[in-house]
Amino acid sequence: MAMWLFLGSECLLFGGLISTYMLYRGRHSAELGPDQIFDIPFTSVSSFVLLMSSLTMVLAVSAAAQKDDRRTNLWLTITALLGATFVGGQVYEFTVMYREGLGFTTSLFSSSFYTLTGFHGVHVTVGIIMLMALVGINKRSRVPGDKAEVVEMVGLYWHFVDVVWIIIFTLVYLIPA
Amino acid sequence: MAIIERPTDPAPVPAVAGSGAPAVVTPSQAYGVLRRPVSSTGWRSWVFTVDHKKLGIMYGVVAMFFFIMGGIEALLIRLQLAGPEGTVLSAGLYNEMFTMHATTMVFLFVMPMAAAFANYLIPLQIGARDVAFPRINAFGFWCFLAGGLFLNTSWFLGGAADGGWFMYQPNASPLYSPTNGVDFWALGLQITGIASLTGAINLIVTILNMRAPGMTLMKMPIFTWMILVVQFLLLFAMPVITVALFLLMFQRSFGATFFDVAAGADPLLWQHLFWIFGHPEVYIIVLPGFAIVSEVLPVFSRKPLFGYRFVVFSGAAIGFVGWGVWAHHMFASGLGPVSVAVFSVATMLIAIPTGVKIVNWTLTMWGGKIQFTTAMLFAVGLVVSFTIGGLSGVTHAVAPSDTQQTDTYYIVAHFHYTIFGGAVLGLFAGFYYWWPKAFGKLLNEKLGKWNFWLMMIGMNMTFGPMHIIGLQGQPRRMMNWTEARAGEGFFNLGFWNRVASVGSFILAIGVFLFLVNIWYTHRAKSNTPKAPLDPWDARTLEWITQSPPKEHNFDKVPTVHALDEFFHRKYEVDHETGEVRKVATAEEILAAEEAQGDKHIHLPSPSYWPIILAFALPVMAYGVIYNRLLIVVGGLIVLLAMFGWALEPSVADDSDYDPPAEGGGTNKELATIG
Ligand code: HEM
Ligand SMILES: [Cu+2]
Repeated sequence: MAMWLFLGSECLLFGGLISTYMLYRGRHSAELGPDQIFDIPFTSVSSFVLLMSSLTMVLAVSAAAQKDDRRTNLWLTITALLGATFVGGQVYEFTVMYREGLGFTTSLFSSSFYTLTGFHGVHVTVGIIMLMALVGINKRSRVPGDKAEVVEMVGLYWHFVDVVWIIIFTLVYLIPA
Repeated sequence: MAIIERPTDPAPVPAVAGSGAPAVVTPSQAYGVLRRPVSSTGWRSWVFTVDHKKLGIMYGVVAMFFFIMGGIEALLIRLQLAGPEGTVLSAGLYNEMFTMHATTMVFLFVMPMAAAFANYLIPLQIGARDVAFPRINAFGFWCFLAGGLFLNTSWFLGGAADGGWFMYQPNASPLYSPTNGVDFWALGLQITGIASLTGAINLIVTILNMRAPGMTLMKMPIFTWMILVVQFLLLFAMPVITVALFLLMFQRSFGATFFDVAAGADPLLWQHLFWIFGHPEVYIIVLPGFAIVSEVLPVFSRKPLFGYRFVVFSGAAIGFVGWGVWAHHMFASGLGPVSVAVFSVATMLIAIPTGVKIVNWTLTMWGGKIQFTTAMLFAVGLVVSFTIGGLSGVTHAVAPSDTQQTDTYYIVAHFHYTIFGGAVLGLFAGFYYWWPKAFGKLLNEKLGKWNFWLMMIGMNMTFGPMHIIGLQGQPRRMMNWTEARAGEGFFNLGFWNRVASVGSFILAIGVFLFLVNIWYTHRAKSNTPKAPLDPWDARTLEWITQSPPKEHNFDKVPTVHALDEFFHRKYEVDHETGEVRKVATAEEILAAEEAQGDKHIHLPSPSYWPIILAFALPVMAYGVIYNRLLIVVGGLIVLLAMFGWALEPSVADDSDYDPPAEGGGTNKELATIG
C-alpha cells in the first residue's frame, strides 16, 4: 500500500511537470522547436525497450511468487538492463540535441523538456537501483518477511514509471506542437 | 531502554515496567558495512532510534527550538513597527525577517510539531507497537532537522531569503534577490518536504493497516481521523511544491528561465503551483490543532464529542474542497472574471464544513460539566479565536472586498487568527493534555493558566488591531510607517501599531512561561509527583498503557469494542436507573491487560542509515549553491546509504540477540521493509 500512496503522490509531481511543459512547449526559437528536434524513430525504439522491460518485470514478479530465486534474479537483471538501455538512449538523445544547439537554457521549451524527461530518467535510474538491490538481497537471501511482496512493490513502481513514459511520449513527442 | 524488551523466562509478564530484566543485546555484523547500533542508553539510543515515541519527542524539541527562533524574528518585526520610521532593522533585513519568520513558523514549527503529536500518539491511539516503517520515520525526522538547519545557515552565508513566504517570481529571481537566500530557501524546503512526504505515507499505512483488533474506521479516535486527513493532504500537496521548488532551483542555480518574463515566461505559473500547494497547506496547518481540541473538549466537558460522524465527514470535506480554492490567493492577479467568481464561491463553500466543526465543539461543551484545566482553556481559546479568523476569511472570499484587503494588515490579522488561534493554541492544549502521558508528570496548572491568559491577551492585542490597521490601508511587508500619514483619532495607525507591538511582547512572555513550566516541573529539586495513570479521566486507548509508555507501548494489544474504548471500560450505564457508573479504575484495566502480555515482542532495531541518508542531502544542497563537486559526493553517500538500508533487515536477526531468540517473533504487524 505504501507504494500505491507514493505513486499517487508521484502522479502530482509528474502532473506539475507535464503542465509546465505543456505551457511552455511553444516558446522557442523557430529552428529549435519540438517538431524539428525530436527523432521519433529513435525514441520509439527506446520506448519499446522500456515497454519490454515491463514485461520482463511481470515475469520476475511471477517467478518470485513461485519462489523461484534463480529465475527471479534472471528476470530482475534483464529488466534492469533494459531500463539501463533506455536511460542510455536518453543520454544519447540529449547529447545529440545538445550538439544541435538545444541546451538546457536555450528556451523555455528546452528547459521544461529537459526537466520533464530528466525527471523521468532519474525515476528509471532509481528503479534500476532498486532492482539491483533486490538482486543483491536475493543473492544473500536476507529479505526479511515475504520476498514476493517486495518484488511486487518494486514491480509496481516500475510499471508506473513506464506508464508515465507512455504519457510523456504521447504528449511530448507524438502530438505535434 | 533495551532495544528489545523480552521477558527472559516464560513466566507471566511482570505487571510493572522495568522489573523484567531486559535481554542483553550483542552487536552483530548486521550487514557487511556497518555494525548495527545497539546502545540502549545515552545519546546513541536517541540518534539511531527508530522508536516512534523518541522520534516524536525529538520532533517536538526541535520544532520548539524553531518556534523560539521564529518568535524572536517576529518580535524584531514588531519592534521595528512599534514607532514611526523604525530603525531597528534595515529594509533588506526586514524583508529577510518576515520571510524567515513565516517560513520558520509554517515549515519548521507548526508542521513538525503536528508531526511530533502524530508520531507520538497515533500508534498509541490505535493500539499499535510502532509505525509501519520505523526507519523511514527516523529518516523523516532527520530530513526535517537537516533541512531546517540548512535553511538557517543562510543567515551566516550572505543573508536569508527575502521574497516573502510565498516567494513570488520573478520578484525572487537573482536580479531582485541577489544573495543565496532564496536558493537556501528552495533547497531547504525541498529537504524538509521529504520529511512530510515520507511521514504522510508512513502514517497513512500505519492508520489503515495497524489498528488494534476491533477498531473499525468509525471507532477510531477523532485525533487519528483528522491526522489521517492531514496526511492525505500532505501526500498530494507536497509533490506540487516540490515541482515549484525544483523549477525555482533550476531557474536560480542552473540558468533556466521558467519565471523570467523577458524570456517569454508566465509568472503566474509560480503562483498557481504555490497556491495549489498553499491552500491545502493552510489546512495541513490547522487540522492538527482541530484534532487536538476535538480530543480535549469532550474529556473536560465529561461528554462524548458531539456528532463524531459530522466532525469526521466535515474534516474529510475540508480535505476535498481545500483543493478547489487555491486561486482565492490570486484574486488581484488578473485571472479573469469567471475564474474569480468560481473561486470566490468555492471559497465561501469551504466555510461550511469549517462552521460545522465549530458548531460541534460548541455543542460538545453545551450542558457538560466543564473543568477549566489549562488544556481546556487553550481548547476553548481556539474555538473562539478561530471563529474570528474564519469570519474574516469569509470577508475576503468576496472578491471585490478582497481587492481592498489584499496585501494589507487585514490579511495578516486573518491568518494569524486562523493559524495562531487555530493551530498554535491547539498545539498548546495538546502539550498540557498529553504531557503526563509522554513525561509522566503533570505540568503546573497555576503557571499554565498564566501561560494561557498571557498568550490569549497578547494574541488579541497583537492581531486584533491589525484588522483596523489593515482596513486603514497599511500594507503588509512594509518596513515602516510614517506619522504624517497615520491618520487621526480612533483610527490612528501609530496608536494601534504600538498596541500590537506591546501585545507581541505579552504573547512572548506567555510562551516563555511555558518553558518555565517545563523547567519547574522537571528540575532536579522539583516536588511535582508522578502523574496518576489517568489524570484527566480520558477516553482513548493511549491512556490504557503506562505513562510514559514502554518501548513496545502495550504488553498486550488491546481489543477494541467501542469508540472511546477506554471510557467504556471504565464506565457502565446502569440499565435500570440510566446512571453512568464507574466500574473499573485505570490501574485495574492496565493490570488486567498486562497480565495477558505477549511473550515475544520483536521491535524494529535501531539503524545508522536514516541519519546518514538524511545528512547527505544538505551536502548535495550546498553543492548546488557552491560547488557542483559536492553534489556528486552527496549523491554517492545517498546511493551507498540506500543500498546499506535496503540490505539491512529492519528487525535484527535472531542471532543478534543474546540469548538467541527461538525465531519467528510475533512481529507480524511490523512492516518487513522500510
Ligand atoms: C473559513 C475559512 C477560510 C476562508 C474563507 C479563507 C479565505 C482566505 C482568502 C480569500 C485569502 C486570500 C486573501 C488575500 O491574500 O487577499 C486568505 C488568505 C490566507 N489564509 Fe485564509 N481562509 C480561511 C481559513 C483559513 C485557515 C484555516 C487558515 C490557516 C490555518 C488560513 C490561512 C491563510 C493564510 C496564511 C493566508 C495568507 C496567505 C498569504 O498571503 O501569505 N485561512 N484566506
Ligand atoms: Cu487559501
